[in-house]
Parts: sequence; structure tokens; C-alpha cells
Amino acid sequence: MTCDLCRDRLDAYADSACSPEELASLEEHFRTCPSCAAEALSRLQMKRMTRAAATRYSPSPEFRLRIEKSIQPKPKSRWSFPWMPGLALAAVALLLLVLGLAGWMRHAASEQAVAELLDLHVATLASANPVDVVSTDRHTVKPWFQGKLPFTFNLPELQNSPFKLLGGKVTYFEHSPGAQLLFQIRSHELSVFILQDQPAMMPLATGRTSTRELAFNVETWSDAGLRYVVVGDASPADIHALSDLMRSAK
Amino acid sequence: MADRVGDFGSFEQLALPLFARLYNFAHWLTQDRALAEDLVQETYMKALRGFSSFQQGTNFRAWMYKILRNTFLTSQTGLKASVSLDDDDEKVADPAAAHTPESLLLARVEQETIQEALEELPVRFREIILLCDVEEMSYQEIAETLAIPRGTVMSRLSRARKVMRELLAAKLQGAQR
Repeated sequence: MTCDLCRDRLDAYADSACSPEELASLEEHFRTCPSCAAEALSRLQMKRMTRAAATRYSPSPEFRLRIEKSIQPKPKSRWSFPWMPGLALAAVALLLLVLGLAGWMRHAASEQAVAELLDLHVATLASANPVDVVSTDRHTVKPWFQGKLPFTFNLPELQNSPFKLLGGKVTYFEHSPGAQLLFQIRSHELSVFILQDQPAMMPLATGRTSTRELAFNVETWSDAGLRYVVVGDASPADIHALSDLMRSAK
Repeated sequence: MADRVGDFGSFEQLALPLFARLYNFAHWLTQDRALAEDLVQETYMKALRGFSSFQQGTNFRAWMYKILRNTFLTSQTGLKASVSLDDDDEKVADPAAAHTPESLLLARVEQETIQEALEELPVRFREIILLCDVEEMSYQEIAETLAIPRGTVMSRLSRARKVMRELLAAKLQGAQR
């Protein structure tokens, strides 16, 4: 290596930016050239002295504090932001779960209520004495319930209809007394339950609904605080016709 | 490598350790405490805002110095300081001053003299010497910080040191008179 070539590489040598091969040839040159070796040494010295001389200004502690404060995440955002979306998501999920659960429970309770009424209907049909008041006359059946129920109801005129009133009895549903009326259409017997419509004890679907349960047809509606449920093995059309008659009763 | 961000730390974790050195660099550029504080403050604010766009795996230190330097160059002081410095690196006057062996020069030079010489250096030379000798950045890091090719880093650094040596020599000669 010539001295000119060496001088060109002295900065890189001082800055430790030489390749291993370059470093080897430079050092070999220094062994034979005291001038270049001295120059290399002084470059290193100069670098060290510059570093010492230029490390001169220190920030004030107040300024450091100011910077630290300004780049710190704000306490509010530190606490609320990272978990806010997660929390909102969790809240929504919980709400959906609760609503879904409530809906499902409501549905399940409604199904259970219908099943219970069906049981009552079937038990009535299986009984030797299905009704306590045996009469086809609504003017006999309705007064029979007086003093037995905390409410009253109207029975329809059935003269021009295919339905026949068989009688009625007091029944209990969810610890409350209600009326069970037995009707006949052709060879089918249908029960009409009239119950106090309390949300706590009547988880049946509100409004008017028709369902099919174990091949029985059910129609239910609520009117003036009373819940009506018509059940039987007759066709949905028959169930609906009887329901209409009941609703028209004045 | 310590300067490469492997695990993406928080901005605080990455930027605060650089604070004192960034301030020193800013003070050397602005030559004024209040201006240096403003410059560092603005640098941190810009970096914080831009941190989301900082690419993981790239050099965080070079990124911070680059922001500081660009902020300085677009400031009033920076514009004034760089007006006369747009010359090409190769065009810097080659001083006719006699070649003073550094070994002789350094024997008599004092810290204060080096500081004076650094202050007198044009900003582009001052900053590259600071980045190389004080911040001990590699040529590659300097290239990233100054947004210039590595080859330009080497030639500019060589020029800067030459001018620096001449300034020192002139100061020593002046002191002797």
C-alpha cells in the first residue's frame, strides 16, 4: 500500500469503517511507515478529543421533565383507551347474551306453560268427571264460577255454530285459579282456559299466537287483563273459529 | 444491533434515552439554549405523532436525528445557517495552508480551541463531525440521518475534517502571534 492510498483511508480507519482486509493492509503499511502510523494515531486522537470537546451541552432537569411529560401517554388515554373498545365489545356481547338468554328463557317458559295447559286438558279428558258444572247453557256455566274466581268472563252464543258447550271447572295454573271450559266440535273436545294475565305467572307469548304442540293446536291471546288459551286436537281452523267466538262474546 | 428496533418498544422507551444527546446535538446546531430546547421539543412532538409510521426494524436513532435535523433546517436559524452551505461537497475551498502534521497540531490544541473551531465550521460539516465523532454513528447511519449516499458521507466527512484541521492550525498560529 502506498502512502497516498493510506491517507485516503485514514478517516475510515479512525471511524472503524474498514473491511477486515483493508484493516490488515493498513496495519501492515503502518509497520513500515512511521509517518502514516503517526497520522493514523493523531486521527484517532483527534476523534477522541472532538468527542470530549463536543459533549458540552446538557439539558436542564426542568426541560427533561417537560419533555418526559409531553411524550407520556395522557393518564386518561392510558387508562380508558386501551380497554375501552374491549369493554364496549364485552358489554355488547353480554347484552346480546342476556337478551338472547332472556328470549330463550321466555321461549322456554312459554313452551313450558303451553305444555302444562296441555297436560291439564289431557287430564280433564281422561277424567271420569271432566267438568264440575255440566251444562250446555252458557247462562248456567258462567254464574257457576261466581265466587270461585277473582275475575269474570263472557261466554259466546253458540246456537248457530258447530261448537257445543260441555261445561266447566275451576283449574289452577301457576298457583292461581282460572276457568277451564270444555267445548265440543264433532267428536273433538277442546279446552278454553281463562286465566289472569300476570306477567310473572303467564310467560305465554303476548298478543295472539297460534302454535302446534305435540299435534295439539293452541291459540292464545290476551284481553282486558285475562289470558285466553284454546287447546285441542281439532284443526287449527276449528281452534281459530272457537277463539273468534270467544273473542266476540259480550 | 442495539440501534435496530427488534421488539417494538413504546415511544417513551425508545426516545427518552436519546434525550441528552439529541439536546447536545441541537445546541451545537442552534448555538443557543432556548432555540435548542424548542428544537428538541418540536422533534419529540413530531416523532411522537409520526411514530405510528416509523417502520419496525429500521434505525430509530437515525430516524430521530433526521427529524431533528430537518426541523432545524426548516427553522429560521437553520435557513440562515444553511444559506451559504449549498455548495457541492467537492467545491469547498481547498485551503492553501501548509500541511500541518496532526501530531504536532494536537499536542498544543486545547478543548476550548476545538469547541471554537466546531462553532465556526459550516453547519453541514459541523453536523457530520458531530454525528460521526460524538454520536459515533456508522457511515450507514449517517447516510440514513442526512439522507445522502454512503459515498457522500465519506467525502463530506473527509472535507469536514480537513477544514477543521485548518481552522485549528489557523487558531494555533494566531495564538502564537
